[in-house]
This record gives sequence, structure tokens and C-alpha cells, in this order.
Amino acid sequence: MDVSQYLEIFIDETSEHIQSLSDCIMTLEKEPDNKDTINEIFRAAHSLKGMAGTMGFKRMQHLTHDMENVFQEVRSDKVKVTSDMIDLLFQCLDAIEGYLDTIKETSDEGTEDNEAIIKGLNAFLENAEGKDAPQDETVAAKTEQETQQPQEVSDQKKYLKIEFSDSEKEAIKTAEEAGNKIYGITVHIQKECLLKAARAFLVFKAVEEFGQIIIYRPSSQDIEDEKFENDFSFYLATETELETVLTSIQNVSEIESAIGEEVKYETISAASAKAEEEASKKAPAAVTAKAPEAAPKKDVKAAAAKGKTTGKPVTSRTVRVDIEKLDALMNQVSELIIAKNSLVSISSSEGGNFQNQTFHEQIEYLERITTNLHESVMKVRMVPIESVVSKFPRMIRDLSRKLDKKMELIMSGEDTELDRTVVDQIGDPLQHLLRNSADHGLESAELRKERGKPEVGTIRLNAFQEGNNVIIEVSDDGNGIDTEHVKGKAIERGLVTEEQAEKLTEKEIIDFLFMPSFSMAKQITDISGRGVGLDVVKSNIEALGGDVEVKTKLGEGTKFTVRLPLTLAIIQALMVEIRDEKYAIALGSISNIEDIPVKDIKYVQSKEVIHLRGMVIPLVRLDKVLDIEPREKEPESLTVVIVKKGEKFAGLVVDNLMGQQEIVIKSLGKYINNNKLISGATILGDGEVALILDVNTLM
Amino acid sequence: MAEVIETTEDIRKQYIVVKIGSEQYGIDISYVDTIVRMQKITRVPKVQTYFKGIINLRGEIVPVMSVRTKMGLEDDVFTNASRIIILKFEQQSSLGIIVDEVKEVVTLGNNQIDKVDKNVYNSKDTKDFINGVGKNGEELISLLDLGAIIGEKENE
Repeated sequence: MDVSQYLEIFIDETSEHIQSLSDCIMTLEKEPDNKDTINEIFRAAHSLKGMAGTMGFKRMQHLTHDMENVFQEVRSDKVKVTSDMIDLLFQCLDAIEGYLDTIKETSDEGTEDNEAIIKGLNAFLENAEGKDAPQDETVAAKTEQETQQPQEVSDQKKYLKIEFSDSEKEAIKTAEEAGNKIYGITVHIQKECLLKAARAFLVFKAVEEFGQIIIYRPSSQDIEDEKFENDFSFYLATETELETVLTSIQNVSEIESAIGEEVKYETISAASAKAEEEASKKAPAAVTAKAPEAAPKKDVKAAAAKGKTTGKPVTSRTVRVDIEKLDALMNQVSELIIAKNSLVSISSSEGGNFQNQTFHEQIEYLERITTNLHESVMKVRMVPIESVVSKFPRMIRDLSRKLDKKMELIMSGEDTELDRTVVDQIGDPLQHLLRNSADHGLESAELRKERGKPEVGTIRLNAFQEGNNVIIEVSDDGNGIDTEHVKGKAIERGLVTEEQAEKLTEKEIIDFLFMPSFSMAKQITDISGRGVGLDVVKSNIEALGGDVEVKTKLGEGTKFTVRLPLTLAIIQALMVEIRDEKYAIALGSISNIEDIPVKDIKYVQSKEVIHLRGMVIPLVRLDKVLDIEPREKEPESLTVVIVKKGEKFAGLVVDNLMGQQEIVIKSLGKYINNNKLISGATILGDGEVALILDVNTLM
Repeated sequence: MAEVIETTEDIRKQYIVVKIGSEQYGIDISYVDTIVRMQKITRVPKVQTYFKGIINLRGEIVPVMSVRTKMGLEDDVFTNASRIIILKFEQQSSLGIIVDEVKEVVTLGNNQIDKVDKNVYNSKDTKDFINGVGKNGEELISLLDLGAIIGEKENE
């Protein structure tokens, strides 16, 4: 069978399974006896094996098979979870990921057999099991048989097993009374069929030509969602012969068999009465067996704040869309907004004959629609940062071993959402910051004890939304940055003279750390210290339109604050005028707008500031910053737009406020030198171009 | 068409002849996306001096460069004849260059073009930006080296 068309789905789902395996193994390490986790691991490993088998990736299948065996032993309490085992399992995951990477590049799994790992897994089984192993197999086989047996009885004629509700019985009765024949039919789909729901749909379509389907098992919704194994049953009311119906079902491709017979209402009602009796006996047992299993599982998931589930129900309600298609959609929405803006500007122009009331109403309606449309598209593009940060606990665990420091990572706000393109690119910077915290930030266990800190160092990753920005904080309770030491290093490297260094503020000193090849590590480790860390972090984040801030206290810890824009494409902005030039300021960064009399301007360190409700806010003369001709005569009062960045404020002096507008951010292109003041341009309703000010750089 | 006449010895290309200052320049037509009339150019602060700013070209933001400033000539004087030529390179975004006048389109064969050896000339010269001189009858047309025009180097 040609499976290449499923390759992308395979890649996506495999990475999901790998991630959930990794999460679960981490949990398992902490709670070796957590049965739910073990079950979940087993399921994920099993799905991986199945998928690899379907796609014909033999080596991958082999590895996952052996891994599954180990989990099987753990599940049946034959093997205790040890840290050796966890290590080995992580190696397995890495190997599987290796396969996946090769598959991504070449559509083939490559030739790496990973025999060492497989041997390790088998050795594990043998060592831990000893002579128990063979016996175990028979047990497993037996249970498998047991579970299969009852299935086999009903295997062929599952429709006989159906339990009917009263309304369904009623439907059968009415159909029969109307002179139709009732057929019970069970259809088996080939095991390797990948689109079972689609096959079922085709079957139903074929059958419905003859008559009406009265009863579905499983329910039609479940069939649509592919919540069934390889067969499904239904009752059909029709006047056609059974043979014709069955032949038409078998004509649908990938259908293994279709079995059916005519049934009468009396037999059904009699049988169902019996079945009901049986069921009522069985039911309590089944419920008690299932309920406790299901409940704690949910708790575990909720506790881990996981949006993802390994089961089908959630995934089948989503659609995987190529990001390029979303980009195209976004572009079209942008065009629409530009067109809408120009309509708005025509309608408000005085010269036009558009004083009609309804016209204005329609324009307003259009504005609402485009705004909602934009929001919807934005939401589609938003993904939780979880997909990026979920790999970090594993990384910290590995680092903890490598560095021989005890540390734990506490993450919060993983469900914070960001534009897909941003999420894709923050992985590396965040990883750098975490490594940095683990390596440079946290002290050794002895030193921590000496300082009276808990032996286990804590690294926190906290994400949340603030206005139009998403903030991600990476903090540790380690040593903090020794600014004196950094200063010394800067002098040593000739970046500043000693006198200059004396005058530097703490912030300026910390900024040295973000300079290329400025490493503070006393020795180069393979974790960090090559001096290609923080500067890369900074440039990556700035490329996304964000910035990084550092707060540190010697001996107590360091906090890196990464600020990222929520969206890259369309924002609400305040349009301002400075002389005859128009600029846009993102509404999200504006705190308030003030009229400040010139006489109220004070001077601190010969810089202009204003004193506003207890705050001292530095004034930024935009005309000077932007090289605009100075005004001939200073007016008596200034219009000041107060912008904020975290806890910092600045007052931007503008000439005129033009109002709020939804703007589409366009890049200036790469010919123009990267200009940090201007983050892009936008096209206004009248076709004019306005520049977008990046206020973060003004503070 | 040009392709039909094309032979191995004589590759014929079409050039748009423009006037910048007193000289005539040829621009390889395959790189020209469109030619637009002079329009309002939005100044962008703190960029290279030879960038006049950006324009709105049918909903796209296109940076516009002054070839005169780049080549170290006196500033542009915009007249009714001034045009912005939008250049489009493969895989790259568009770029506009300002010319004083667009005259005509000529077809030049290899044998009508004298290659310019850049080393012969002083590097601080407008010759830095041309890669050949074409002869169209009595007229001489300097062929612009677009790579050098869009390149970072500035002639000051």
C-alpha cells in the first residue's frame, strides 16, 4: 500500500507521541508507582509501534516494540522503575526522534539499527525477569486470548449483540409495520484501512440508496469520529433483497466483509430483554472497574495542565492546516482591512457625497466584521507555547545529571498563546536562557548549603499575557550576576576604561553580557560558556520584535524577562502626527495621553522629565529622535503620549493625535538597514504610508 | 522576439534607457517590474542616506533609492518627467530607483557592448555602478550594474 500520502500525519503524530512519552517518563521517574502514567506510556508506545509498522519503518517498529515490552513488564509489576531504566528509556526516545528526523529529511528511516539500545532493553527484561520471562509471555498470551474470545463470538454477527433503546425498538416496529424488511448487518473493514470513517460513510451512502438506516452501532457520531475498531453494525429498513445490499457494501473498497440477515421485531425485543437482564448484571461490575481508572487519570492530566490527550476524541475534532495556507489567509485579511480603511477614509472625507446615514451604518458594520475576521484568523494562528516548553523538563533533568547539581524546573502559564511563527522561533532563545540559569545561575549543592538555601535549585519559567505582549520570565534562585566581576571583565577586554566603568549603571553593565562573544564562564563546558549564548538570545528575540530584560540580585538570583509581541501582522494603533509625518504607536503599549504645559517640564540630570501623579517620566522629543525639522515656535502645551514597557514609562511628544486605527504591519524590506526605531510601515486608508514606531527602543 | 534571433555569439538583450543627470543609462529590462510616476515618498528616519524612503505600490511597501545620491551626484530634482523604476530580483523584495526621465527601450547585442574593466577606473567614480557601455547608433548608453546599485557600498 502506498502510504507516502500519510507521511506528514505520521510525522506530526509521532512527534506528539514522543512528547507525551517524554512527559510521562518524567512523571514516572518521580512517581514510579503511578499506574495511570504507566498505562499512558504503554498506550503511546503501542501507538508508535503500530504507526511505524503501518508506514513500513521496520527498525523503528523493532525499537518501539522492545520498548513496549519493557513497559509491559512495568505495567504488570514485574519490573521496578529504576533511574537506569529511565535513562535507557530516554535514550530510546532520542533514537526514535533520530528516526523521525531522518524520515522528515529523506522519507526513509535510515539504516541505524540502534542495536545497543535494543540490547539494553532486552538485557533489562532478562535481568529483571530471569526465569519469569517465559511464563510471563504465556500469561500475556492467555490474557490476550481471553480478551479475544468473547470478541470472536460476536465477531461475525455483532448486530446480534446490540442493545436497543426503547425509541429504537419503536423505530424498528414502525418500519416493519410499514412493510419493510429489517436487516441486521455488520461490516468489517480491513485492518490496514486508514480512513475508516470515510469507508463507513461510503457504506452508508451505498446502503441508503435502498432504504433507511434505523440504528447505528456505534452511534453515527462515533462512526464519523472514527471511534470504532474495525467493524460497525447497523439495522436497515428496506424493500430490497439482502443479497443486493450486501453486494453493494462489498463494492466499497477496503471492506473485508459484510454479513447480515433479516430480523423480526419480536426476536429483537425478546433478545434485547434478555440482554438487558445480562447487562444489568454485568453493568455494576463494569462500572466499578472503569470509573476509578478514569477519574484519577483526569486529575493527573489536569494537574499537569495538559491540553493534549493521546486519545482520538480530541484530535479528530481538529484539522491540521499547512501554516502557509494560514499565511495566505492572513494576507487576504490584511488586504481586506486596507480596503476597508480606504472606504472609511472616503466616507469621512468632506468632499464626498457620502452623508447618507445607511452608508455610514454599513461602513461601521463592515468595520466590525473585518475586526472580528481578523481576530478569528489570529486565533487560528495562535498556539500555546506548551509545544515549545514541554521539552524543557527533560532538558533540565539531563543538565542536572551532567552538571551534578540538583535542580528543578517549575513551569507555569504553558497555555499562554502566541502566533505560530513566534512560537516556532522562541524555542532556542528560551533553551539558551534555561541552560544559562542551570550552568551559571545555580550554585553547586555545597555552596547552596553554605548559603542556607535549599539544596535543590529552582528554575522557574513563567509565561503570561500583558496587553499586546506575551511575557516569558526565566528566573533562578542562584548566584545572581556579579556586576563587579562583569565590569572587571569588560575592562580587561578593553570595552571600557576604568573611569568609564565607574560611571556605568547596573543595567549598562548587564548589557555587556548580551554582547557577542562575551562569556563569563570561567571554563568552557559543553553546556554554555562559548560566548554564543546571550547575544544570540537577544538578536533572535529582537528579530521577532521583542526584547529581553535582566534583573539580578547578587546571591539571590537572576530573572530574564522576554517580551514578545502577540501578533506579527495586524495591530490596533494610535496614529499621531509630527509636523507633516504620520506615525503609528501600538495601542497596547500606550498607558495614557496627557496635555503637559511646557512650564511643567522639569530637568533631572539635564534630561527633560515630567512629574505625573507621583511618577517621574522622562520625555522623549520624537521630532529630535526622528530627525524632523524642529518647530519654529514651541507651543505652550505639549501633547504627550505616555507609553509603558513593563514598569518603565516614557512620554513621547507629538504634535497631533489622529485617532485609533487597525493597521496592517508591513516590513520595510531588507534593503533598508535594520532600523530599530521603526518596526515597520503601514498603508493608510488614503494610500499614504505611515511608519510604525517601536516604542520599546525609545526607553 | 529576442529569443528567435538569438545566436550563441550574439546574445541580444533589451534595455530601458533612462536619463540620470546628463548621462544616459541602460537598465536590463528583465529586472524591471514596472515604472511608476513620481509619487509621495515617505521618509524613513535613520537609514542610509541614499534611501529616499518608502512608497505604497499597490498595497506593497517598496523602498525607493536615489541613484544620484548613491553615485555621489547632486540631489534629485523631481520634475514631471521623473519616474520610479521598480526593480524585481528573483527571491527578493522589490526596490525602486529614481530616474530623471525614461526615454526608450533599445535592443543591444553583445557586439554592441563594450565591457568595462572596473579596475581601470578610479573606484570613486560613477563607473563603479556600470558594467558596460552600449552603442546604439551614435548614442552611448552606460549599462547599470544593478548588483552594485542594490549593494551596500556607497559612493561618497
